[in-house]
Amino acid sequence: MTERMTGAQALVRALEHVGVDTVFGIPGGAILPAYDPLYDSTKVRHVLVRHEQGAGHAAEGYAQATGKVGVCMATSGPGATNLVTPIADAFMDSVPIVAITGQVASPMIGTDAFQEADISGITMPITKHNFLVTDAGDIARTIMEAFHIASTGRPGPVLVDISKDALQAETTFSWPPTMQLPGYRPVTRPHSKQIREAAKLIAESKRPVLYVGGGVHKARASEELLRLAELTNIPVITTLMARGTFPDSHPQHMGMPGMHGSVSAVGALQKSDLIIGLGVRFDDRVTGHLPSFAPYAKVVHADIDPAEISKNRHADVPIVGDCKEVISDLVAAIEASGQKGDYADWWTVLNGYKETYPLGYEEFADGSLAPQYVMERLSAIVGPEAFYVAGVGQHQMWASQFIGYEKPGTFINSGGAGTMGFAVPAAMGAKMGRPDATVWAIDGDGCFQMTNQELATCALEGVPIKIAVINNGNLGMVRQWQTLFYDQRYSNTNLQAPRRIPDFVKLAEAYGCVGLRCERPEDVDAVIAKAMEINDVPVVVDFVVHQDAMVWPMVAAGTSNDDIKIARDMAPRWENEDE
Amino acid sequence: MSRHTLSVLVENKPGVLARVSALFSRRGFNIDSLAVGPTEHDDISRITIVVSVEELPLEQVTKQLNKLVNVLKIVELDPAQSVQRELMLIKVKADAESRSHVLELVNLFRARCVDVAADAVTIEVTGTPDKLEAFVKVLEPFGIKELVQSGMVAIGRGARSITDRSLRALDRTA
Repeated sequence: MTERMTGAQALVRALEHVGVDTVFGIPGGAILPAYDPLYDSTKVRHVLVRHEQGAGHAAEGYAQATGKVGVCMATSGPGATNLVTPIADAFMDSVPIVAITGQVASPMIGTDAFQEADISGITMPITKHNFLVTDAGDIARTIMEAFHIASTGRPGPVLVDISKDALQAETTFSWPPTMQLPGYRPVTRPHSKQIREAAKLIAESKRPVLYVGGGVHKARASEELLRLAELTNIPVITTLMARGTFPDSHPQHMGMPGMHGSVSAVGALQKSDLIIGLGVRFDDRVTGHLPSFAPYAKVVHADIDPAEISKNRHADVPIVGDCKEVISDLVAAIEASGQKGDYADWWTVLNGYKETYPLGYEEFADGSLAPQYVMERLSAIVGPEAFYVAGVGQHQMWASQFIGYEKPGTFINSGGAGTMGFAVPAAMGAKMGRPDATVWAIDGDGCFQMTNQELATCALEGVPIKIAVINNGNLGMVRQWQTLFYDQRYSNTNLQAPRRIPDFVKLAEAYGCVGLRCERPEDVDAVIAKAMEINDVPVVVDFVVHQDAMVWPMVAAGTSNDDIKIARDMAPRWENEDE
Repeated sequence: MSRHTLSVLVENKPGVLARVSALFSRRGFNIDSLAVGPTEHDDISRITIVVSVEELPLEQVTKQLNKLVNVLKIVELDPAQSVQRELMLIKVKADAESRSHVLELVNLFRARCVDVAADAVTIEVTGTPDKLEAFVKVLEPFGIKELVQSGMVAIGRGARSITDRSLRALDRTA
């Protein structure tokens, strides 16, 4: 059935057909034709944000909390360029979002017209794919293609730039359109020979480790992972992007690897003879100095993106495929072979690491608040059913280390791009996608000041998120590096917390939220409980913490994982140094 | 480092060349030569890229190229199993006295004289990069006024075609 309508109407109809229920955006000149039919849509709710960056991160938070494609919308020029940061963020963390931008009318393209920016050119290196649409008849098909590309294979951001004249022109609409993507064929079925090879290496290995990344949750494969882990009794490491994919409380869980990973996780990788990498990319924050990373290990590397395999570390057994199918096939192959590895000695070593070097932190003699304690209490009181959405920096690492994650996808943060300001808008998006769930943003005072304008959106749209501002009055992670590597010369990292500019409690109140403050350990439980009781408006808790708290353990940038420090100038003693 | 010739079949759409060339610079790979043009199928263009990289980075280039949605197929052409050609136009000083010497070299290299002026000739020559380099060398003493060269184009020897399967992919979506 075909109908006559404008390109703008076709756009809204296409969004309805692909199942969009929420769009985050801000209108403007070039996208204005789209906002008129959007006003009438009963299926698509448009959320008017306060900055396009907020729209992009909200789309990311929505996508990660629901597993659906997140959608953001902006006008041409500066509206579109304000989306660049969240698009880059989504690209690095493989988050499926579709960004729809208005473009100046096609005869004006290339003339430096008012609010013109070549956004498809600008976002070419940071999108999975993008489109410039100048014909109304192409809009519906392009939207379908964009959602297909964003959500299949390795997910990622797709931008659709639509010229104003295409939105205004008359066209015929019919659904579904036929996609024209002859060059897009993601591989999801793993090769059976490689699976058998991997199963053989697992049976032969003495010190294997499952190195689990964001790809496992994106494949919705945490149940399969649990089966594989328990079937084989192999230790499991979850990266920053995979926290919660395997339960923290499980005895086989070794923690997070990398620059601020646990000694048990970093040690397990360094001493292993077989790394089974699932949905990971051997990121530099995980490997440290690459040539000395896991020097004794053979590598099985499974990922849906063939370009990740052997990009950083050579894979002895490369497996291209969706992690759900890869892990299921591995389980079947291992069960069929009937062979089981004996890892008793390995577990003795690993349990030694866990017992000797648990995560810990310093309490302050003056009775001031340790940020890690705030995380522990949040974890205990709020529990593992909630979503925790972090910004970037020290608070993000503490949120990863000291909150217990039991459910896949419950820790949402900006991993690859490290985008400060991610937390508030992403938490808003997560809450809109999962209104039933409790959503806590965990933010730093530096991050919070980058995107807290979305508190207005939350308050007006009825999005009662809770925000723990871990306020140490500094750009804390940068300050930590200045402490360790720049002779304690604190160049431009002090945000002058004692002057309370701004006062976060008053700021929250000005935005129609409840503002609370907590400065002493004995008040933490009560303030969290109070925040949990308020469910009609957003709550901001200003946790004023000690500025000298540091993130440990730490592998300094560019050094070997073997040189991990558990505190300043304190290295763990490794077992079996005879290797 | 070794030279590799990649034939990249792409959808004939605006911006595809920019996507391909930007990918090379973004990932830190240098392009020695690039040629793009239509094929026997209206919807497919063919980009021939010569890169100097080691084996492993080449694998990475190919995989990254394959991720581009508009890229249909990538084939590495072995110089021994393919015909590889560049085209060069050279404007050389040639007056009445030296012209016959220049034309003699043109014949020796199976080149063609495409324009003649009182004190210069313009020569068209095709061949492998080695041949073109040798030709330029022998012309240098006469004085090269201007030189322009195409990127390399290449095609596999024998009856098989690399476009067949890609055409089928296009037909399916049509």
